[in-house]
Amino acid sequence: MASELIRIPILQIEDFLVASIQIALHDRSAVQFRDDLLERIYGTKAKGLIIDLTAVDIVDSFIGRLIGDVAEMAALMGSRVVVSGLQPAVAITLTELGLDLPGVITALNLEKGIAILRGLVRQEEDTEGARP
Amino acid sequence: MTNGRTLLIHSDLDIVSARVEGRDLAKALGFGTIDQARIATAISELARNIVLYAGEGTVTIRVVEQGMRKGVEVICEDHGPGIEDVSLVMRDGYSTSRGLGMGLPGAKRLVDEFEIQSQIGIGTKVVVRKWLR
Repeated sequence: MASELIRIPILQIEDFLVASIQIALHDRSAVQFRDDLLERIYGTKAKGLIIDLTAVDIVDSFIGRLIGDVAEMAALMGSRVVVSGLQPAVAITLTELGLDLPGVITALNLEKGIAILRGLVRQEEDTEGARP
Repeated sequence: MTNGRTLLIHSDLDIVSARVEGRDLAKALGFGTIDQARIATAISELARNIVLYAGEGTVTIRVVEQGMRKGVEVICEDHGPGIEDVSLVMRDGYSTSRGLGMGLPGAKRLVDEFEIQSQIGIGTKVVVRKWLR
């Protein structure tokens, strides 16, 4: 069956990228999303990325793992990833599935996510500046 | 029970349709949002296994009754290669496809009842149930 890939818009706010998932992603769209994110991080030299899941009511192991991969890959490129807005049901099912997401920083909502990213970036800049 | 719908599963799009179907039925039956998510996520894992390992199969989602209690039953069937050692795939952390499916043990934890039958060369059938409390 031919399928159209759904593209998730990725917005830039200051030094950060924000992507909010509003629809149920099938696997190929999710992979496309991962690739788009990494390319945008590279293209914009964004210091951080927020993936907002407020509108997402199901995260299965495929999507969960993919988000973990994005965090890991972005870290390799020097960018931080924060996942915001996890619904209680999503947090519960992810845990029950047995999926732990090492390296993924979470925030209650988008606003707190941006605050966390700013803090992280500032910390890094301070450490860099402190070097002789 | 005579009700229920059988969905053909042969691509990642069908995985999404199956879990939406499961969620809608769970919601209509009165399951809370967390159990709706558990049922939908379990369907997602099981349907993905069908696509990954068998290429195609079916998912049947229906209401079941047992005495006073009601629940959702999901039957996933494929005529794929079958599983050689079911106890092995039910073990946490075991996967043959680079961990793409947390698959079976994960799905099992999300539901109340989980049955699996598999025969090499014939296929696999997984039945899960979640009861309304």
